[in-house]
Amino acid sequence: MSSDRWLDDDAGPVVRPYTVTRGRTRLREDGLDLISVLEATGVAVPRRARLDPEHRTLLALCRQPITFADLASEIDLPIGVVRVLVDDLRDENLLRALRPTSTGDVPDEFVLRKLLNGLRAL
Amino acid sequence: MDYVHSDAAVRDTAAATGGDRLIAAKILIAGGFGVGKTTMVGSISEIRPLRTEEVLTDRSVGVDDTTGVDGKTSTTVAMDFGRITLPDDLVLYLFGTPGQQRFWFMWDELSLGALGAVVLADVRRLADSFAAVDYFEERGTPFMVAVNCFDGAERKNPDDVRIALDLDESVPLLLCDVRDRESAKSVLITVVEHVLDRTTARP
Repeated sequence: MSSDRWLDDDAGPVVRPYTVTRGRTRLREDGLDLISVLEATGVAVPRRARLDPEHRTLLALCRQPITFADLASEIDLPIGVVRVLVDDLRDENLLRALRPTSTGDVPDEFVLRKLLNGLRAL
Repeated sequence: MDYVHSDAAVRDTAAATGGDRLIAAKILIAGGFGVGKTTMVGSISEIRPLRTEEVLTDRSVGVDDTTGVDGKTSTTVAMDFGRITLPDDLVLYLFGTPGQQRFWFMWDELSLGALGAVVLADVRRLADSFAAVDYFEERGTPFMVAVNCFDGAERKNPDDVRIALDLDESVPLLLCDVRDRESAKSVLITVVEHVLDRTTARP
């Protein structure tokens, strides 16, 4: 069987996605949902911290507040992989979540009204 | 020069509010496979690439023989994901919930923090919407039903659809054409109005 027949656009990443997390998939409850807002703390990277290029890219993307979903989209890695990398950065106190969940299941009336006005003006 | 100003403005805003200005909201677009979720996300929002993992469990039952393969295997799938940037640092995210049954494990994660949901329905295959309607009813997530009227599809009486789906009177139902931006917009407005009604009606 020719090996290159599997390497069209549908084949997905050639390197298995969890290679960058060294196989780690399990996490403590991190309370992050897809629209949680993340931001770099600005703390200097400790010398002992072993950061991969992906960690550094994530950190750079978080200089401005960014949602978890946008972060995963920008770095183009699967959500579960980004979750592990973000957790590493939070452990090192390099990244923080501004809110556990942004709106939560009980939406704020003020936010809803702003949302409605914004949509109507589109 | 312009962006020096805007840069300063961003910093000022962040300083004044502790960097907490960005407000993100999430609406789910649910419904059966091929009902128009991708089209709807694309007609109203800026589509963004987003991948998630799929654990191969029952996916290939009857297709691939996985007998004896105990190790967990996963592959990645693209998700319907779009964003609408609104004034005042408000961003609305749309997430399409995967239609096929094998992706149901993702629904709980997607539903977390969602303010509401749109169940897209196709009049020719209304039964495909039952699962989504049941899910949001059970979870207590405010939702509406948007009947996507494809070309050539008969335009059903909305009341008939309501009866067929056994929808509560309080659930908004709208006929729409998700290819049309204005139509998709009115669907989103309807669901946000519905959430607002429920919020303000709370004691």
